[in-house]
Amino acid sequence: MNPENSMLTHIRPAVTLLALLTLITGVAYPLAVTAVAQLAFPEQANGSLIRDAVGKVRGSRLLAQPFDGAEWFQPRPSAGAFATVASAASNLSASNPALRQRIAADAARLHGEAPGAVPMALVTTSGSGLDPHLPPDAVRFQIPRVAAARGVAAADLERLLERHIERPLVGPEVVNVLALNRALDDNR
Amino acid sequence: MQTSDYWQLIAFFVLVLAPAPWLGRYLYRAMEGERTLLSPLLGPLERGCYRLCGLEPGAAQDWKAYAASLLVFSLASLLLLFAILLLQGVLPLNPQKLAGLEWSLALNTAISFVSNTNWQAYSGESTLSYFSQMLGLGVQNFVSPAVGLAVLTVFCRGIARRSTREIGNFWVDLTRATLYGMLPLCLLLALLLVWQGVPQTFQPYVDALTLQGQPQGIPLGPAASQIAIKQLGTNGGGFFGVNSAHPFENPTAWSNLFEVVSILLIPAALLFTFGHYVRDLRQSRALLASMLIVFVIGLGLTLYAEYQPNPLLAGLPIEQACSLEGKESRFGITASSLWAVTTTAASNGSVNAMHDSFSALGSLMPLFNMMLGEVIFGGVGAGLYGMLLFVLIAVFLAGLMIGRTPEYLGKKLEAREVRLLVATLLVMPVGALVFGALAASLPGPLASVSNPGPHGFSQILYAYTSASANNGSAFAGFGANTIYHNLMLGLAMLLGRFGYLLPVLAIAGSLAQKKRAPLGSDSFPTHGPLFVTLLTLTILLVGGLTFLPALALGPLAEHLSLLGQ
Repeated sequence: MNPENSMLTHIRPAVTLLALLTLITGVAYPLAVTAVAQLAFPEQANGSLIRDAVGKVRGSRLLAQPFDGAEWFQPRPSAGAFATVASAASNLSASNPALRQRIAADAARLHGEAPGAVPMALVTTSGSGLDPHLPPDAVRFQIPRVAAARGVAAADLERLLERHIERPLVGPEVVNVLALNRALDDNR
Repeated sequence: MQTSDYWQLIAFFVLVLAPAPWLGRYLYRAMEGERTLLSPLLGPLERGCYRLCGLEPGAAQDWKAYAASLLVFSLASLLLLFAILLLQGVLPLNPQKLAGLEWSLALNTAISFVSNTNWQAYSGESTLSYFSQMLGLGVQNFVSPAVGLAVLTVFCRGIARRSTREIGNFWVDLTRATLYGMLPLCLLLALLLVWQGVPQTFQPYVDALTLQGQPQGIPLGPAASQIAIKQLGTNGGGFFGVNSAHPFENPTAWSNLFEVVSILLIPAALLFTFGHYVRDLRQSRALLASMLIVFVIGLGLTLYAEYQPNPLLAGLPIEQACSLEGKESRFGITASSLWAVTTTAASNGSVNAMHDSFSALGSLMPLFNMMLGEVIFGGVGAGLYGMLLFVLIAVFLAGLMIGRTPEYLGKKLEAREVRLLVATLLVMPVGALVFGALAASLPGPLASVSNPGPHGFSQILYAYTSASANNGSAFAGFGANTIYHNLMLGLAMLLGRFGYLLPVLAIAGSLAQKKRAPLGSDSFPTHGPLFVTLLTLTILLVGGLTFLPALALGPLAEHLSLLGQ
């Protein structure tokens, strides 16, 4: 067999098989998953959206939102200022002086809101910049401030927090801050 | 560590190891065209593919024809993906009206996905259309691990067969690996992920108004189908920029467990596939033992390092606990460390926490895993053929020690095989150290570094190691999207892919031609504790020692400088 012929014997199956596998794995597979997902889990498949009374989308249960004001629980700080397109992390190394400066500034602001040391989660940015959760301790630290700003009893907020703690068997306890803040609003 | 951390680790090891013997046997039967559970469903599809391609499934190739088919297919894949990325602006399924990619980024991304690296110099949600994700990257996510699996089966046949030039048919192996190996598990995982909250839709992004009334765009897309194959195919290229740290890619502790298990599921099973080829499952268990030793040591070291408080933060009025910088609350330290070790042991490269912000020692093991060439489980197919190269080196060293011609499973290793073996040993040092040193010594490329001190050097080292090892994870602060890095990292990825693939095929072809010597009582057994020890030491010394000076300049120097504060 001469070399030209032998190249052709490779090119035809290469092009045909690439086209076929594109149809199977690039078209049929995602379409099949979409069809089943939209039937079985429509809520999750469409982004776990939350809507208000008039049906306006107010966010996704899974994406953190920024909250200004003492009367709200604050989520993890976000390196990307809670940008969703595109999401971002700080990527500061553990030895970078800029990390210490930023944490020192945030800690100085938060220190004194409640007794004890400032929880780590409140001064470190998350990997996604959109972390919707906090560890329960980091929520508890904010209760005195939120209670004072809203004029409600700290014990009531403590009970609200307790109801919002998620305890997966294979991961740490967390609280969804967006859900917690929505519950605050509903209670008002 | 808390109770949930222990449950998570136990669940991880059980879910990776328990299905492996069964799945390994299934993959063996599927790759050899024997009847499996899924043959009634997939058989007609498989035969249809052969018919349209004009193939005789029985027609076997020698290693050169096999390699030529593989190269032509990879080139066709590269050109198609490059074209899709350049032209995405005029292609359909682009609700966000995203423009085509700049040429060097498109080329880098095309090489990255064809070589099973999935290095990302871009953010998916702001750069790629649904069309590019599905028909471009998604397809390569399937076929690039399938190519790895195909080459592994060739290596297995080379050892198992005797006195033949026929080592299989590339098109048949590729088709079977994709249809039987990847597709069924992906369907299952994708639905599990949607259940946990990963989006799967073709709707455009949603405009929301936050509770405090600010606009927030919610990125969507066919994410779950993509993420399933990203994990199972040891690809690692995220649908979203921050990869599996993104709440839409990895919404819960459970989705995290499913995803991290999926990284090692097929690589662990392939150990048993190999055992079925050579009709000796003791060999599988010996290789598994060696991998587990290195894996568990690496995991222990990383967990220990990440659970230490950062000395840089001493004296501040904060909890003096382990750092959560770059980590997600729902994963915490344990899941982030487990993922980092797993994703670099395999050639996956997805991240659920930012490795750039790990402690210096915590980032050492991920870096070291990649430097070994990703043979601790490793990528689909690629990990085990890399491991088998180390096995042959260990057998060769043992042969030198006892003064006999080295042989593995009845196949004698001679000058030709050993020369090819040594060539593969050069791939990682050249890609990581030579290319890395070049980038570190040129002012332009050096400007991509974002952290000061030794960590800056680690960023360069990590990038070139990751590309050469076809991993794809990054110290993501490194500004990789420049023409220089796009091209040089692209070159490193090609070197890492074909610098292994081609010698492996040549060795397999050469082994297949040999007679199989009967195993005598005086041959060196390759399944006992002695061999496991020898193999593990070979991996660490032959594979790892080259990199010690570079590690000393990067993570070790950073660690010591922090301790000194």
